[in-house]
Amino acid sequence: MGMSFAQKVLAAKAGLQSVAVGQIVEIEPDYCLSHDNTAAISKTFKKIGVERVKYPERFVIVLDHTVPASIEKYALGHKEIREFVYEQGIANFYDAGVGICHQVLPEKGFALPGKLILGSDSHTTTYGAFGAFSAGVGRSEMAVLYATGKIWLKTPASFKIVVSGQLEEPITSKDLVLKIIGMIGADGALYRSIEFTGRAIEQMSLSSRMVLSNMAIECGAKNGYIAPDKKTFAFLDGRAVCEYTAVYPDPDAKYEKVLEFDATRLDPQVAKPHTVDNVSPIEDVIGTKIDQALIGTCTNGRLEDLRLAAKILSGNRVAHGVRLLILPASQEVLLGALKEGLIETFVEAGALVLNPGCGPCLGAHQGVLAPGEVCLSTANRNFRGRMGSRDAEIYLASPATVAASAITGVITDPRAEFVGGTK
Amino acid sequence: MIEGRVWKYGDDVNTDVIFPGKYTYQPLEPAEMAEHAMEDLDVSFAGEVKKGDVIVAGYNFGCGSSREQAATCLKAAGIAAVIAKSFSRIFFRNAINNGLPVIELEDGVDDMEKGDTVSIDFEAGTVTHKGNAYHFPALPKEVLAILNDGGLIPHVRKQLGRE
Repeated sequence: MGMSFAQKVLAAKAGLQSVAVGQIVEIEPDYCLSHDNTAAISKTFKKIGVERVKYPERFVIVLDHTVPASIEKYALGHKEIREFVYEQGIANFYDAGVGICHQVLPEKGFALPGKLILGSDSHTTTYGAFGAFSAGVGRSEMAVLYATGKIWLKTPASFKIVVSGQLEEPITSKDLVLKIIGMIGADGALYRSIEFTGRAIEQMSLSSRMVLSNMAIECGAKNGYIAPDKKTFAFLDGRAVCEYTAVYPDPDAKYEKVLEFDATRLDPQVAKPHTVDNVSPIEDVIGTKIDQALIGTCTNGRLEDLRLAAKILSGNRVAHGVRLLILPASQEVLLGALKEGLIETFVEAGALVLNPGCGPCLGAHQGVLAPGEVCLSTANRNFRGRMGSRDAEIYLASPATVAASAITGVITDPRAEFVGGTK
Repeated sequence: MIEGRVWKYGDDVNTDVIFPGKYTYQPLEPAEMAEHAMEDLDVSFAGEVKKGDVIVAGYNFGCGSSREQAATCLKAAGIAAVIAKSFSRIFFRNAINNGLPVIELEDGVDDMEKGDTVSIDFEAGTVTHKGNAYHFPALPKEVLAILNDGGLIPHVRKQLGRE
């Protein structure tokens, strides 16, 4: 019997010939990520009674969730992290402003095919877009990883999601992943390993693939793998921090489910408040008034997202009474956007450009919502209270839909004529 | 064996409503965390919850963010166990790692209402409600060992001979 991608990686890491679905294995991850929660993790680590981080070279720490610090408590946390990193000799440290962890790890060459990466953040699934096995864990587990380098994992069953056809601008992989989550539900792939495959995936850029792996957690998945190919290897050339070997599922691997989708003629999709699986085609929500529009985050803050938004915003103005926030995912993305003149387009349109980081996505700072306000966002979560008030509403959509809607002040189909569309 | 009063919730209770993001990066003591437990789902919870109460919920309890406070704030609020039809994997791990028992059970959950009493017998693997006993499967031995040691940190301290 052939093995799925998850089985192959977990077997290899556990030093076994094979592992069965459901089997618990003890493994040592290749890389581990923590972010602003490192302040709390370092304190838990000290309770274990171990003086030194066992493998400092395996840890990557990125400050992104509350950068720059908006209150003294955040500033103190960041200071404690800098001291911890120095004291423990953790060289892979990226301070405030470098970017969101899920963008920084790929850019700095840690998200590598066949590697096992764990992070104390649920969107650690993102690195599956590069052929890694990557999943979120909790803070106590990260503290134990600092101390021992080891953790237990259960071998998940696998789903194969086959996407045929091809996405056509302004439809993006965000519309596709919302469609998938809307169809299968918030627990549709609970504890499963998803393998995304098919022509539409092969045609996609790495940035577009990252959206799928990033949001795999939103239907409960443990990880979201995409087979590495020439595009992956080209991106990693000059970035990869170490040697790697790509891992592919066996042709006769067993899948619990095979789900098929067609990317061609997909309508723009919107997730309505207050769950990510509350998805409708855009016509059901056209005309909904918005107060804030957010383009960015670890889901859709890359250069291709900003290019698409700038194309729509160029020569237009953000509607009166609407705040458009632009949140590049990293310094590298911001620099690219500056060089291409995209930032100029955003500022001319009346947008507010934020520093790279998580911004208001998790409601900790920078652009939170008041009671009764509505935000249309390219982020990955729209839970009640997520961006501030529990009485605010969050809709999720693609960068194209958010850009078009920022201009009109209401949820708008990005295929509308004023953006040069065909509808 | 525990006997507790039920707090009943539906499907897909996410960690943002259990413990809002605006507190997630602030160092808070357990009592302060308990004050914000369930804040964006049920404003009555933090004020009325009593030590030994049990949460009963539908599918996919604890979905969303990996924030560990979603488990620790419930424990700090006095919750003795969470019974749900299914759990998100990170919440499940976080609960075990903090010594908060989590019980996956589909049968009988729809009949359990807020304010009812349930008793849980971990050794027998049963939840009893209104005279009906529902069986739940035992946790894998590796996982049970963590729970029995009171959570991951005491478990690892024991393994490393630090106790």
